Amino acid sequence: MSERRDVWITGIGLVSSLGEGLEAHWAALNEGKPVVDETGFAPYVVHPLAKINFDAQIAKKGDQRQMEPWQRIGTYAAGLALDSAGIKGNKDILGTTDMVVAAGGGERDQSVDGAILTEIEKQPKPDVFLNEQLQSNLRPTLFLAQLSNLLAGNISIVHGVTGSSRTFMGEESSGTDAVRIGFSRIAAGTSEIALVGGAYNAERRDMLLLYALKHLAKHAPWSPVLKNANGVPTGSAGAFLVLESPEHATARGAKPIAKLSGIWSERARRGDEGAIEATLATMIATARGDTAEGTAILSAASGAPEPTKAEALVLERSGLPVRSVTDRVGHGLEAQMPVALAIAALSVAQGRLFPPLAGEALEKPFDEALKRVIVTGVGHWRGEGVALVESVD
Amino acid sequence: MASYTDKAGRPIVVVTGMGLVTSLGQGKEDNWAKLTAGQSGIHRITRFPLDSMRTTIAGTVDFLSESGRTAPDLSEQLAQLAADEAIAQSGIGSKGNFPGPLFCAVPPIEIEWPQRRILAQEAAANAAVTYDDLLRAAETHQHGAWHERFLYGSIADHLADRFGTRGQPISLSTACASGNTSIQLGVEAIRRGDCDAALSIATDGSVTAEALIRFSLLSALSTNNEVPEAASRPFSKNRDGFIIAEGAGALVLESLEHAVARGANILGVIEGVGEMADSFHRTRSSPDAKPVIGCMRAALADAGVSPDEIDYINAHGTSTPENDRMEFTGMSAVFGERIGSIPLSSNKSMIGHTLTAAGAIEAVVSVLTIQNGRIPPTINYEMPDPAIPLDVVPNVARDAQVNRVMSNSFGFGGQNVCVIMTGEPA
Repeated sequence: MSERRDVWITGIGLVSSLGEGLEAHWAALNEGKPVVDETGFAPYVVHPLAKINFDAQIAKKGDQRQMEPWQRIGTYAAGLALDSAGIKGNKDILGTTDMVVAAGGGERDQSVDGAILTEIEKQPKPDVFLNEQLQSNLRPTLFLAQLSNLLAGNISIVHGVTGSSRTFMGEESSGTDAVRIGFSRIAAGTSEIALVGGAYNAERRDMLLLYALKHLAKHAPWSPVLKNANGVPTGSAGAFLVLESPEHATARGAKPIAKLSGIWSERARRGDEGAIEATLATMIATARGDTAEGTAILSAASGAPEPTKAEALVLERSGLPVRSVTDRVGHGLEAQMPVALAIAALSVAQGRLFPPLAGEALEKPFDEALKRVIVTGVGHWRGEGVALVESVD
Repeated sequence: MASYTDKAGRPIVVVTGMGLVTSLGQGKEDNWAKLTAGQSGIHRITRFPLDSMRTTIAGTVDFLSESGRTAPDLSEQLAQLAADEAIAQSGIGSKGNFPGPLFCAVPPIEIEWPQRRILAQEAAANAAVTYDDLLRAAETHQHGAWHERFLYGSIADHLADRFGTRGQPISLSTACASGNTSIQLGVEAIRRGDCDAALSIATDGSVTAEALIRFSLLSALSTNNEVPEAASRPFSKNRDGFIIAEGAGALVLESLEHAVARGANILGVIEGVGEMADSFHRTRSSPDAKPVIGCMRAALADAGVSPDEIDYINAHGTSTPENDRMEFTGMSAVFGERIGSIPLSSNKSMIGHTLTAAGAIEAVVSVLTIQNGRIPPTINYEMPDPAIPLDVVPNVARDAQVNRVMSNSFGFGGQNVCVIMTGEPA
C-alpha cells in the first residue's frame, strides 16, 4: 500500500448539556459543573440538551417538523461543524464531502403507544385493534423520523452534503467506526474530506426503557461514573467532525484544529475473564506509542458497571492523567465517541487539560502542556474503541 | 499469470462464496431455479391479521423457525443461513474462524408490541398506561435478554461470534441501498490493505404489522392484493408500489491474490462501486436524476469501464411509479440510446423488495447470471410503460452471454449505491 496521509480535524460541531460550540464547552469544562436533570425523568438522571435555537442551523421550519429531536440535534451539530470548517454552503466541496453517521433509531410516539397499551388487553381481538389504532394514529412522517439513516438524509437535505452517505448502527462502536472509516479513507487517499459524527437524544423514556430492561439506566442522584459505575447517565448531545487531508485543507486555506492520528475498534470476548482489560490495555499501548509526554486520556466510559470498572482499572494502570467525558456531558451512546473526540481536539487545541472533577478520584491535576489525548470508549455491552488526537505542530 | 491489481493499481476484489435466502426458498440453487422459471414468492400475509390493512400481500419468509418472532430474531437467522452457505462455498478459514471483518446491513430494530404488552401487563397500571409504567415493570422484572435483542448491534454481534470474524463488526444502514453498502465497505477494506477477506451480509426479516402500516402510510406499497404473484410489476404501466419482502444475501469477498493463494474457486469480481447522496427530499429522488446518474458514473469510473462495456443491468426496479421512471431517466443519461437494447431486469418482480437485504441478494443473483449465462426475467410485464421503453427481459428468462453487470440500489434518505461485477479477473 502507498504511504498513509495525515488526517486533520478542520471543523468541529458540538452541542450538549453544556451548551453549543467550542467556546461554551471550554468555559463549562473549566467551570467543572455538569448539568443534570434528576427529576424530569425520575427515578433516572439525564443530562438535558442546553437550550438551542435550531433555526440557526435548520432554517426551514418544515425541515425541523420532519425530524425527531435526535435528528435535529445531529443536523444542528453537523451545521456547526461545517461552519467551523468554513465550508458551509460551499456546493463544490459539500458535493464531494463523504459522510459517515453513527445513529440509533428514532423516538416512538409515546402517547399513541400508551393509549394502545391502555386499551389493548380489553379487546376481543387485540392484534386487530393494534393494527387499526396504528393505521389511524401514527403520523406518516414519523417513520422517517425513526429511520437510522434519516439523520444523514436530513444533513444532505439541510446542508447539501452529498459526496456520499453511510450510516452505522450498533451503539457505542458505531460512533468509533463511523470516524474510523472516514479517517481510513482519507488516510488511504480515497477521500479528501469527510463529515463524521452522531447525535443522541437522552430525554426520552422509550430509550431509557432499553437500558432499564437490563437495569442499566442510572438512577438519581448523579455521581461520577469511574468512581461509582452504577448505571448509564444518558446525555443529549450531538458531535460532528470535519476530517480532511492536509493537501485539501491547505489548498483552500483551512487551518487544522488538531490531528486525528489514529482510531481503533475492537471487540473483546466479554465472556472471558479480563478480556476487556487486556483488549483496552493493548489498544491504549498502540495509541500511546513510546512517549507519555503531554499525554492525557479522555474516557467515554458508559457507567455500566462491569465494563466501566474494567476501563477504570486500565486507566489507573496507565499512569496517565484521566478525565471522564461522561461525567461532564453524560453518555450519548452512538454519539459518545464523536463527542469525546470533539472535546479531545478542543483540549489539545487549547494546549491544556481542563481541571479534575470533585469526587472523581481517578482524575488528578495536570498542568503540563497538553499535546496528545488518547480517547477510550468501552461500550456498555460490547465494543471497545480508542483514538489518538494530537496537536498540529 | 494475470495481475493481482486492477487498472488503478488496487488489489482486485473477488467473490468466492455466496449465500441467499428469499421468500422463494433457501439457498442459491433453489432460488436460481425459481428465479429463472419466473416464479413469484409473493403471497398473502399470514403472520398477522389483515383486517383493515390496505396491503395484504408480501414476500415474507415463512419457512424458518424464527419466522413470526421478532424482526431481529428472523433477520439474524436469515443472515446466518446466507452466511453459512457463502462461507461453506468459499471454503475460507476454518469453522468459526473467518479471516476478516464483518459488514452487516440490518433493518430497523426496536422493542416490539409483544414485549410492550407484557411490560404493560406487569405494570398493572390503574389508570392510562404510560412509558413510566413500562419503565417500572422493566426495573422490577427480569427482561435482560430483551435489552441485547433490541440493540442495533446484536445481530452482527451474534454473527461475529458464530463465524469468528475479526474485530468489531460494522452494522449499517443506507436504507434500500444497504446491501450494496455492505459490499462497498468490504471492497474498500480489501483495497486499502486492511484485510485480505471480508464477509458482507445484508438481511431483512422485519415484516411486522407495524412495518407494513408505516410503509403503507407513506403510500409506498402496492395495493394490487387480488393476485399476489402478479402484484410486483416493475417498469409496467400499471405498477402501483413495491411489495415488502424478506430475505438475506451474503458474499465472501477476498483479494484475488488471497483467493488464488489458497486455490479458491473464483465466482466473480467486484470491479467497482459508486455512490452519491441526493439532497432533494426524504423519500423522493431528484426529478432530474442527477444523483443517480452521478452514482452510476462513479461506479463505472471506479471500475474503470465505459457504459458500452455493461451488458446487463440488475435494476433497482421497485415497481413504484416514481422509482422506475427515475431509474429510467438516470440510465438513459448514462447509457444514451443504447439503454433501450441493454437487457435489464428486476428481481423484485419475483421476490419483492427485501429492503435492507436487496442489494446483497441482487449482487448474488447478478453473479449467478454471469456464471450461468442466463438472465432472470422481469415477470408481470404485461403492459409496457411507453414512457420508459426498456428491454426488461419480459416474463421469460433469456440465455445470453453476460460479461459485466451493473446492479443499482436506491433508498429513502437520498441513498444511491451502484455495484459493477464481472466474471473473470481482467
